Amino acid sequence: MSDSTRSFLDVRDLTVSFPTEGGLVHAVEGVSFSIERGETLAIVGESGSGKSVSAQAIMGLINRKAAQISGEVWVNGKDIVAMSDDDVRKMRGSEMAMIFQDPMSSLHPFYKIGAQLSEAVRVHQQVSKADAKAQAVDMLGRVGIPDPKSRADTYPHQLSGGMRQRVMIAMALINSPSLLIADEPTTALDVTVQAQILELIASLQQEFDTAVVLITHDLGIVADVADNVAVMYGGRLVERANVDDIFYRAQMPYTLGLLSSVPRLDQVTSDRLDPIPGNPPSPINLPPGCVFQPRCSYSHLVGGTTCEMKRPELLQINADHFVRCHLDEAERVRISTEVTHVLHGGGA
Amino acid sequence: MSDQPLLRVSNLKTYFPVKSGGLFRRSLGQVKAVDGVSFDVNAGETLGLVGESGCGKSTTGRSILRLIDPTSGRIELDGVDVTDLSKKELVPFRRTAQMIFQDPYNALNPRHTVGSIISGPFQVQKVDPPGGVRAAVQELMERVGLNPEHYNRYPSEFSGGQRQRIGIARAIALRPKLIVCDEPVSALDVSIQAQIVNLLKDLQEDFGVSYLFVAHDLSVVRQISQRVAVMYLGHIVELASREVLYTRPLHPYTHALLSAIPLPDPDRQKQREQITLNGDLPSPMNPPSGCVFHTRCFRAEDRCKVEIPELVEVAPGHVLACHFPMTEMVIGTRIEGPNSGLVEMPNRDIEAPSEVIADMAEEGRGGPVTADYVGDPDRD
Repeated sequence: MSDSTRSFLDVRDLTVSFPTEGGLVHAVEGVSFSIERGETLAIVGESGSGKSVSAQAIMGLINRKAAQISGEVWVNGKDIVAMSDDDVRKMRGSEMAMIFQDPMSSLHPFYKIGAQLSEAVRVHQQVSKADAKAQAVDMLGRVGIPDPKSRADTYPHQLSGGMRQRVMIAMALINSPSLLIADEPTTALDVTVQAQILELIASLQQEFDTAVVLITHDLGIVADVADNVAVMYGGRLVERANVDDIFYRAQMPYTLGLLSSVPRLDQVTSDRLDPIPGNPPSPINLPPGCVFQPRCSYSHLVGGTTCEMKRPELLQINADHFVRCHLDEAERVRISTEVTHVLHGGGA
Repeated sequence: MSDQPLLRVSNLKTYFPVKSGGLFRRSLGQVKAVDGVSFDVNAGETLGLVGESGCGKSTTGRSILRLIDPTSGRIELDGVDVTDLSKKELVPFRRTAQMIFQDPYNALNPRHTVGSIISGPFQVQKVDPPGGVRAAVQELMERVGLNPEHYNRYPSEFSGGQRQRIGIARAIALRPKLIVCDEPVSALDVSIQAQIVNLLKDLQEDFGVSYLFVAHDLSVVRQISQRVAVMYLGHIVELASREVLYTRPLHPYTHALLSAIPLPDPDRQKQREQITLNGDLPSPMNPPSGCVFHTRCFRAEDRCKVEIPELVEVAPGHVLACHFPMTEMVIGTRIEGPNSGLVEMPNRDIEAPSEVIADMAEEGRGGPVTADYVGDPDRD
């Protein structure tokens, strides 16, 4: 494929494995997705699902001496996996940037925030210290920090959690990256502050035409901001679709289980929640067949030992809906209708 | 059974002194973490206590169990005033009231086996359960969904959800009447959260235990609580039955809190209008004058800056501290005038964001939801 038709971010068959004493751990296996500028892709999954490792691989943050990485990660026509660490470092912070979950441990406690921001400018741009400082102050103002000029001279510990997260966003966006990866950017924040931060990311995304990969476990945030959704489980992408298909026409039993188990703010559908039984698998000891099979309530419908023994392929249902499941299509559609009918009281 | 509530908290205040780091540890002031909180918890009921970080909800829970000594106020549990009990006198009190902690990784001693962790309460209280400690512990393990054969395993061998089950087994060992649950599911994965919420509900049905459910996740609180109290900066600003609080709250902060939580439903979420609060929580060391919420409130007027709103009962079981309460419903249809059976509003034009959360029932997928939104407020 030529660069002109390739998506802005194009991840193909990404596999990340860590050698351990207990054997090779496949943290991420065969993950593919793509996203254009201005779009938001949400990666959803529980702890250990491989969502953060995928994000780190895209940013080139995984130590290649400690891990085996294969597949392709094309960012703006360049393959991160094939590039040297030095070249990736030049892209990081300028063409692509990341926001982490915990702003306190991602900012340097000994340096003033203005200094940390201007350093980010001077690493990637040939500008004077004064110009860099001016850019830093300007950016702090744009992320909604009141009185940015004097705030630039404060240390991270002098700011509240929401303000620190704004500084992180300012730092990520100061070189106008075209790809932003946000790893649980609001998990450490209160809901009223979370709303402010999500709004901020959305408006900056529009301004800079940024592609955003948002990693979260919160389905409410996904419904709020995502255009497309990738659901991960046990290191694999198990379903991928646009946001409406995920919420109203999901077909993978895990996605449906996740949707059913979330308590709702706007309704109490029944007295009891409908949890997924069991626990997420350990990446060291994944089941040989479908990774979700031990917790799946529908695998008996497939018959035989297919689900236990055979890894399902990622099937394409329509233009942008993919699902990894052994159930035949009629069965998946039936289950999907059944579950979403209960969830949405009448169904879409 | 008497009419008396199981737990009665009156005007509870917990202040923490703030001292300088220097040699003389000068006093710099006080953090008023809990500043005059009153509520009841009835037998067999769950009261949700919600609010953002720093609002004092956890401190309230801990003060009730006397894990932190309150500055003033009164805590009565099962008719006994426990506010001033000495350390020694507290020991029997712990049979009646227990706690489940947020972080199942830190709440269990990593060097003790599960058996010895769960049997801890028996040893401390010198209780000899019929059939022996081991049998009792294994029964508890089975009750909370753990394999009794794992009696001799260590906490590190369990997943987060299973560790929380261990903590729950320990809390119910002595059949307490009250359990303070401090964010019991917030450290767990979504699919595991639902398992633990169901388990807590089952245990309540079986033993009639009351929960004070401290959490920031309003969706989980809606699922488990019969009544809900909203805290802001050390004060309860609104307390009502679940149905009323989620469908027709009156305090602007409750509205803002509810509207800030995105719904896991793209169509509904797109139709909602959010109230975005400006700024952050003020410092509890130096709380605002008047109504503590006025610095962030979209309805605040001059009166709010000077006059502290009293917590008054505006309808049976619905208490509120606000000078200018909201009249619209958060979700669903608007309440028209005083005929709603709720409360007569101050006679003034309300310029609150109309349709705070747009009427979702209008959309095709209203169905059973509508029934819930306009549900009978006395249903609980």
